[in-house]
Amino acid sequence: MDKQLSISQLEDICLDLKKRILTMIYKAQSGHPGGSLSVAEFVTACYFRELNIDPARPRWEDRDRFILSKGHVCPAQYAALAMRGFFDEKELDTLRTEGSILQGHPDMKKCPGIDISTGSLGQGLACGVGMAIAGKRDRKDYRVYAALGDGECQEGEIWEACQTANKYGLDNLIVFVDNNNLQMDGTTDQVMPNRDLGEKFRAFGFDVVEINGNSMVEVVAAIEFFKAIKNGKPKCILGQTVKGKGVSFMENVCDWHGMAPNKEQYEQAIRELDGQYHTKSA
Amino acid sequence: MEKKKIATRDGFGAAIYELGKENPDIYVVDADIGKSCKTVAFRDSFPEQHINVGIAEQNCAGVAAGLATCGKIPFVATYAVFGSMRMCEMIRQEICYPRLNVKIACSHGGVTSANDGASHQCIEDLGIMRTLPNMTVIVPADYTSAKALVKRAAEWDGPVYLRFTRDAIPIIYEEESDFQIGKANVLREGNDVSLIAVGDTVAIALEAAEALSAQGVEARVLDMHTIKPLDKEEVKRCIRQTGRIITVEDHNIYNGLGSAVADIVAEQGNALLRKIGIQDQFGMSAPYERLLAMNGITAEQIVATARELLR
Repeated sequence: MDKQLSISQLEDICLDLKKRILTMIYKAQSGHPGGSLSVAEFVTACYFRELNIDPARPRWEDRDRFILSKGHVCPAQYAALAMRGFFDEKELDTLRTEGSILQGHPDMKKCPGIDISTGSLGQGLACGVGMAIAGKRDRKDYRVYAALGDGECQEGEIWEACQTANKYGLDNLIVFVDNNNLQMDGTTDQVMPNRDLGEKFRAFGFDVVEINGNSMVEVVAAIEFFKAIKNGKPKCILGQTVKGKGVSFMENVCDWHGMAPNKEQYEQAIRELDGQYHTKSA
Repeated sequence: MEKKKIATRDGFGAAIYELGKENPDIYVVDADIGKSCKTVAFRDSFPEQHINVGIAEQNCAGVAAGLATCGKIPFVATYAVFGSMRMCEMIRQEICYPRLNVKIACSHGGVTSANDGASHQCIEDLGIMRTLPNMTVIVPADYTSAKALVKRAAEWDGPVYLRFTRDAIPIIYEEESDFQIGKANVLREGNDVSLIAVGDTVAIALEAAEALSAQGVEARVLDMHTIKPLDKEEVKRCIRQTGRIITVEDHNIYNGLGSAVADIVAEQGNALLRKIGIQDQFGMSAPYERLLAMNGITAEQIVATARELLR
């Protein structure tokens, strides 16, 4: 992987990713755009800078693992995997259709590059803990990255997994919480207040940094910061994000959790994203 | 003659220790009840292959799934109520759906946890687990078969649910007996009636078969140690050979062995079937034999049912 990409280059790649997310969901007329857009900077930073992965060997045993615990935002991960060459970009047009490798929620047996099947909220982190323990026991250097939703943190299993991450000193585990403050039925404060997620993760033994999760420079800095610390503590990046980030009419609008844009909305969204590039990419 | 009795959870403990010694990829994931699930020798001897996640079963299943993606062969050790119900959706989503190589090894199956009461007795697990696609469901009938079937499960590539007894049950197998997943063991031949039993009720079925023999009725007895995949050929042979089948299980009469056999009988359409099992009711704190008797899971009831079928 070319680690020399600048922040502005990564930001442009993130726009490419977001356009693919919207195109996939528009063509499928089904999917979850809001959360896919809010987690896009983290996904981009991981797949285009931080992850030690090889598209030619998706099951390479020394690879870094990426767990999309909030599996419904898989268009973001599918776009990244396609752009990294794990499968043909044409597959993106098949999202959620019969026979597709791109299921409505990630399927590790169908789609190259998916490290664990997710989709039922609350379960991915525990699997990541198992992978991180295996890495420690096998004296391997790989890291495990897990993207969680803030609504998902209402699931008890998340905190069970955090207990285990603390007990086994998993400093090879980096959790990113996509703290967009929206879930299906409303704001997290309305549905089930999370209180202070940073304090919660700290109380469970994590090192925590709180950043703007839609700022590429902050996301990259947070990951680099945590990669350098080997202190036996699991890591949490609490990213304040905006659901629907980058598309004006989707930002902070709860209804865009799980709704596909119509033609007009799609075209406007693409125009808005096109206007955000540093340099017009080919 | 009183047969020697040992709990099948002890068979699991002995086998998992041997497996751990032979293969460093064999892991045990405990959820605080390792002492009861007989994983202590494994834990003390192979700490690098042992994880204890505490009283947190949902996470336990997920951690095991993550380990399996890294080439480990994790055995989750817990009680049947937790292994089949508290963890159920995690097993479905993270183990069965991606067909990961995780074994769910559960003590306290059926009413064998007798005096613990209804909260710790598990009469639903076989029905729940056999409904999950990709899951294999195994219930050993004694200590010897438990040791052997745990080893077969470790060799089997994919999810397996294993159910053991808390309480001691008679040893019925010789040490070198053969066990294959999905292949019922024929313990006794007969042409009058078939007794298809599983787990701790196999010994009871054998006792009933002896009593029937003394009355001139010869029973064919199967140990259906694998509930799924069910040995359909052996069930069909029972239909052809005896035309009368009694299933016996320490599980609710709904959705367990009896229901699995009933599917075959209904498809074949030419045999009489009676199901002996827990009568769709929760248990209570009581001696194991009393709990069985309350539900008609006795040699006497099997004999009476056989005579009714032969009338």
